[in-house]
Amino acid sequence: MLVYSLKRLALALVVAVTVSIISFGLLYLSGDPAIAMGGESATAEDIQAIRVFYGFDRPLVVQYLDWVARALHGDLGKSYYFDASVFDLVFQRLPVTLTLGLSAILFAIALAVPLGIAAAVRPNSLIDRLALLISVMGQALPSFWFALMLIVLLSVTYPLLPPSGSETWAHFVMPTVVLGYYATPAIMRLTRAGMLEVLTSDYIRTARAKGLRPPVVLAKHALRNAVIPVVSLAAVQFGFMLGGSIVVESVFALHGAGFLAWESISRNDLPTVQGLILVFSLIYITLTFLSDLVNAWLDPRIRIG
Amino acid sequence: MTDLTAKADDIIALTPGQILRRRILGHQGVMIGATALVLILLVALFAPFLTPHDPYLQDLGARMIPPVWDARGGWDHVLGTDHLGRDYLARLMYGARISLIIGIGTAVISGLIGTCLGVAAGFFGGRVDMAVTFLITVRLSMPVVLVALAVVALVGGSLEIVILVLGLLLWDRFAVVMRSSTMQIRHMDYVAAAQAVGCSIGRIVFTEIMPNVVNNLIIVATLEMAHAIILEAALSFLGLGVQPPLPSWGLMVSEGKEMLFFDPYLITIPGAALFVLVLSINLLGDGIRDVTAPENRN
Amino acid sequence: MGERILEVENLTVDIPLAVGTLHPVQGISFHVDRGETLCIVGESGCGKSLASLAIMDLLPKRAVRRADRLVLDGKDILNLPESRMCDIRGNTMGMIFQEPMTSLNPVYTIGNQMIETLRRHRRVSVEDARDRAISLLEKVGISAAASRLGQYPHQLSGGLRQRVMIAMMLMCGPDLIIADEPTTALDVTIQAQILLLLAELQREFNMGLILITHDLGVVARIADRVAVMYAGQMVEQGSAASIFTHPAHPYTRGLLDCIPIPGKTRRGQPLGSIPGIVPSLIGTVTGCRFAARCPRVLDVCATDPPFRDGPAPGQAYRCHLDSTGSEPGAGATP
Repeated sequence: MLVYSLKRLALALVVAVTVSIISFGLLYLSGDPAIAMGGESATAEDIQAIRVFYGFDRPLVVQYLDWVARALHGDLGKSYYFDASVFDLVFQRLPVTLTLGLSAILFAIALAVPLGIAAAVRPNSLIDRLALLISVMGQALPSFWFALMLIVLLSVTYPLLPPSGSETWAHFVMPTVVLGYYATPAIMRLTRAGMLEVLTSDYIRTARAKGLRPPVVLAKHALRNAVIPVVSLAAVQFGFMLGGSIVVESVFALHGAGFLAWESISRNDLPTVQGLILVFSLIYITLTFLSDLVNAWLDPRIRIG
Repeated sequence: MTDLTAKADDIIALTPGQILRRRILGHQGVMIGATALVLILLVALFAPFLTPHDPYLQDLGARMIPPVWDARGGWDHVLGTDHLGRDYLARLMYGARISLIIGIGTAVISGLIGTCLGVAAGFFGGRVDMAVTFLITVRLSMPVVLVALAVVALVGGSLEIVILVLGLLLWDRFAVVMRSSTMQIRHMDYVAAAQAVGCSIGRIVFTEIMPNVVNNLIIVATLEMAHAIILEAALSFLGLGVQPPLPSWGLMVSEGKEMLFFDPYLITIPGAALFVLVLSINLLGDGIRDVTAPENRN
Repeated sequence: MGERILEVENLTVDIPLAVGTLHPVQGISFHVDRGETLCIVGESGCGKSLASLAIMDLLPKRAVRRADRLVLDGKDILNLPESRMCDIRGNTMGMIFQEPMTSLNPVYTIGNQMIETLRRHRRVSVEDARDRAISLLEKVGISAAASRLGQYPHQLSGGLRQRVMIAMMLMCGPDLIIADEPTTALDVTIQAQILLLLAELQREFNMGLILITHDLGVVARIADRVAVMYAGQMVEQGSAASIFTHPAHPYTRGLLDCIPIPGKTRRGQPLGSIPGIVPSLIGTVTGCRFAARCPRVLDVCATDPPFRDGPAPGQAYRCHLDSTGSEPGAGATP
């Protein structure tokens, strides 16, 4: 278990370093960042001044190492637009996004897992068809449009929920549904497929031959095996939700990190964008690492190799 | 086992082509998806002949005319006009072109990248496989929407850029699926046989491996096409994808957003079009999987 | 022999398919007494596995089971509701499957899966269940039993897993064990050990044992009685001695010709084989199922053959030929 965890951790670190190089490199995609920052009215002297002030005149490797070294100390640079520390900005906004992501993934799991199990236990039944319908629709529904439709329905036609803002729990209901529904189809399909496969396995027949009651067979012997791949998927989906939060938060004006991303991108605020990509990636890497650990705990074949 | 013998008896009289045709025609999803997709394709191709209106022509005198089913609407503008007086039906039809080009273009680029990586990883294994798996992990760690938005913002939004960016970002599923399917085929006896008689790697990949993984490739391609169309719409909706005045459906929703409370048709119509297009592509993709490999249905 | 443990009368299994109904088991009858080993033999697909699953009521959902009588320990188990059937499975009647590699749940320890069986049917503490698990593991020949309890199935070899499976099914001290080709998936050297172990445990626990196999060598060593199945029907049954010394059904004779006997079978002499293929069991099947492959086929074989008494007491077989016209052990096949 320890060896396995260390191996996973090492991989996670290498991925993190690679991701940091890429997010650093993004800054140079537009050519000279000093020109981009200076804006259209900047003179050659202005640009040169920016270049020296931000250290763009140094070799790339030096700039990268400097950036990483400062990032490790919690210094992600200074936002051009907000005129504040990127680190503070991001971590001020992150709780909202993490709350949203967490409630969305819980919503998705609460909807998808029971539905997937029910569909697998009774294939081709009404509930199986309903599950299929929900998953096919979910994959085709653009989240921004779904969000707007919900606003029209639940804030305009029937004013039940506030259309925008992030002050109370009520502000999180619609964003949670929109973001969570997006992850539902994948989780449901995997639960259903895993469950179907497990239910026809030899060890389920053994469990029944031992006289275990159907609920025990399902909950103890089938579910744990079927849920192993779902754990990894849920972690991956949570990561995707961080990206999806940009769309959802901007529609609902939910002031989280996703909204910050949209603001800083539309204002060419590169250090903030860079910091956000790094933080989002690190969250994703941490999540998949944790899901690997959970899987090892659930599945002895991984734990005891 | 008993099932197999029964099925064998059942289909013994039919050629594989007949069986496939039977399965396709008997599959609701494929039929609905294919029909809808062909219709949208025809509309996109023949848009200039289907509507007399120019999707870019502004007519400030005819702003915000509601669709024909509204009392204030009329047959001149079946789906009404937008805030600049442009005919909404014409914009919708020309918008189908953008979505389809995005979907196909992205699927081609990401398909090429992903297939090369996946097949190489599956075929060579070892270090190549480790490297590709690492690339996939890194790629999955980067939030697609954020990176795509940032790149488009830096490089500038245009149809070509959006296609290129999405193509460079969405190859992961191709790589994952191609890798595992190639691995399965790789260990089949007929591949070993081809190697034993001295076939070159290229020949083995193209004559022994590709024909056996092409079904999976098509299925992933349809799903990624749908994915790309939704992403483009989202980027354009956020103002960082295809730029105005192009009639991208995501952009149309974005422009109608301000009028959400008064004229919801401005967002309902392009959103519904997007939903129908993506739904039909997904139905077709799922259907192809069911029809070509019913044993992999789940 | 002792009291009657299991009585099966006219057991039928039907599986509805798109092309018609499949009849894998067509009205078979047999019984098992306490302390007795019944071997059911027959080639793959003859319905022996489905028959055993039918007794356990573990058939696939689509399959339809019918019987005139299905009695375990004097109690009718044919019309029991699922909840009562659950109380019997693993308790008075246990089953061992073909695939030891996949028949144990990979995510729980051996101990967990064994203890769970006992505690499902008996009110015992975890400690007592653990003690019983250890003593049973020792009984099935597993060393360091106490430490094995904490291991997971993937840490054990196939042979060990099958031993665990056997010990697990013995947890409640059942009256009947059904073993469905328990050694097919194992190495040849392990096969004999497992089968001898089963025979030994059957004597020690004084159970009834149904051993499903296609290995006649095994049957000769441990069977008290033998039932031969062919294409869903029981074609011959009787004591092991009578079946081996004077088989009455042409199929049984063919089967016996397929085994080489040291000293009797000469070097270089080809072994017997039964030409032809098994008939399809879809739709209505009439006549002798073996007719197409029988070396002594007659015109009457197109009609269903009767059950006749064989040459030995208790021996019966399903054939139009009468037993006097047959020469035991003679090479009836080309």
